[in-house]
Amino acid sequence: MLELLSPVPPGWGGNLLRGLAHSLQIAFGAFSLGLVIGTFGAYGKLYGGPVIRDITAIYTTIVRAVPELVLILIIYYAGTDLINHILEAMGYARIDISGLVAGIVVLGFVQGAYATEVLRGAIKSIPQGEIEAARAFGMSPGVMMRRITLPAMLPHALPGLANLWLIATKDTALLAVVGFSELTLETRQAAGATKAYFLFYMAAGLLYLLVTLTSSAIIGRVERWARRGMPSVKEA
Amino acid sequence: MAETAVQTFRITPEKNGATQTRRLAPHRIVLALIGLGLVAAAIYFLRWDWLPDYYDLILQGLWRTIWILVVTCILGFLLAVPLGLAQAAGPKIVAVPARIFCTVIRGTPLLLQLWLLYYGLGSLFPQYPWIRGSELWPYLRQAWPYAVLALTLSYAGYEGEVMRGAFAGVPKGQLEAARAFGMRRFTIFRRIWLPQAIHRALPTLAGEAVLQLKATPLVATITVVDLYAVASRVRQDTFITYEPLLLLAAGYLVITGVIVFLFRRLEGLIPSKLG
Repeated sequence: MLELLSPVPPGWGGNLLRGLAHSLQIAFGAFSLGLVIGTFGAYGKLYGGPVIRDITAIYTTIVRAVPELVLILIIYYAGTDLINHILEAMGYARIDISGLVAGIVVLGFVQGAYATEVLRGAIKSIPQGEIEAARAFGMSPGVMMRRITLPAMLPHALPGLANLWLIATKDTALLAVVGFSELTLETRQAAGATKAYFLFYMAAGLLYLLVTLTSSAIIGRVERWARRGMPSVKEA
Repeated sequence: MAETAVQTFRITPEKNGATQTRRLAPHRIVLALIGLGLVAAAIYFLRWDWLPDYYDLILQGLWRTIWILVVTCILGFLLAVPLGLAQAAGPKIVAVPARIFCTVIRGTPLLLQLWLLYYGLGSLFPQYPWIRGSELWPYLRQAWPYAVLALTLSYAGYEGEVMRGAFAGVPKGQLEAARAFGMRRFTIFRRIWLPQAIHRALPTLAGEAVLQLKATPLVATITVVDLYAVASRVRQDTFITYEPLLLLAAGYLVITGVIVFLFRRLEGLIPSKLG
C-alpha cells in the first residue's frame, strides 16, 4: 500500500510533493502581496481622506463578506478576460496567464483585505506618544513609517499576520477548484487514479499539518523576538 | 496650521457613533451615486434573461445554503462546548485528544477534509454489506450527510478553540461563589459557567458564522446543489460567466449582512455588565 507514496513514478509521492511546492509558492506570494496591499490599505484607512477611507472600507467589507471561492472565480475569469481585452485593444496578441501568477494575484487580493484590518489595529495600538515624538523630531512620513510605526506595530500585528499566513496556506486548496495543480488537486488525481482515497487524503493532510506546525513553531520564535523587552502577556 | 512647521500626517479621528449620525457627507452621496450607476449599468448592459428560467433553482439553492449553514453551526457549537470545556478544565485524558482534534481541523484545508470524508468514506462504506443493508444506507449514498459532517467538524474545531478561551476567561470568583451557594457541579455549569462563556464568545461566534457561510460553497464540489452550485449550473448551461457570479456575490453579501445584524441583536439582548 505504502509504495503508492514513493516519490518515483510508479508511486505518486513526487506529484504530491510537487503540489506542495506549488501550494507553498502561491501561499508565500499571496501573503507577501497581501502584506503590501494591507500596508497601503491600513495607511489609507487611518490617514487617508474621507473618500479613500470609504473606498478601503468598501474593499475590506466586500472581500471579507463574499466567499473566497466566488471571489477567486470572479477575479480569475474577469481578470484574465480584462487583461486580454486590454492587450487586444492595444494591438498585442492574447496571452495565457499562468496559473501561478493568477493564483497569487487572486489570493493576494483576498489576503490584502484581512491584512488591512490586522495592520490597522496594530498601528492603532501603538502608544500615541511615540508617533507624536517622531513627528516632533521632524521625521518625514516615510522615515517615520520605517523607523517608528512598522517596528512598533510589529508585536501587535504578528499574531494576526501569523493567522493570515496559516489561512493563506489553506486557501491555496481553493485553487484546486479552478484547476490549478496544487497539493489538493494532485491528491485528488492520485487518489482517483489509484482508488486509494484514504491513503492519499491522509498523506496530504499530514503534509498540510506539517506546514502548519512548522510555521507555528517559527512564528512563535519570531514573536518572542519581536516582543523582546516588552512585558509578557499571559492569558488571565 | 500656523504653529506646525513640519506637517507630516493629518490625523483624522476615526468615526464613532456620535459623528456617524450626522447628515450624509457630500462625498458619500457621490460614492452612492457611482454605486447606483454601476448597478444600473450591470442591469442594463449585462444579460439577465436567464433569470426567470432559474428562479426556482436559485431559491432552492438559497434555501439549501441557509439550511446547511444553520444546521452545521448549531451542531458544531454543541460539539464545541465539550471540546472547549475539555481543553479548559478537563483532565489530560480528554484535554489532549480535544487539542489534537482542534489542531488537525484547523491545520488542514476544509476542502481536503470534505473530499477525504466524501471520497474516502464514500468509497469505504459500500465494501461492507451490513452498511448497505442498514436503514441509513439511502442517506449515506447521498452527498449532503458528508457535507454536513465535514462542515460541522470544521466549525467545532474552530469554535472549540474559542470556547476554550471563553471558559478559561470566566472569573474564578463566579464559580467559587456558585460553589459556596451549594450548587451541584452540573448546575454551576448550566447556570453560571456556560452562559458567561457564551456571552464572552458571542462576538467571535458572529465572525465564525460568517466564516462558516463562506465555507458553504465548497459543498458544491461534492455535488450538493447549494447557491454556488446553481451559479455554476447557469454558467455551464448558458455560457454566461459574470452575471451569475455577480448575483452570487451579492447574495452572499446580503446573507452576511443578515448574520451580522442578527448577532448584533442577540448581543443587545444580553445585559452587558459582567462581573
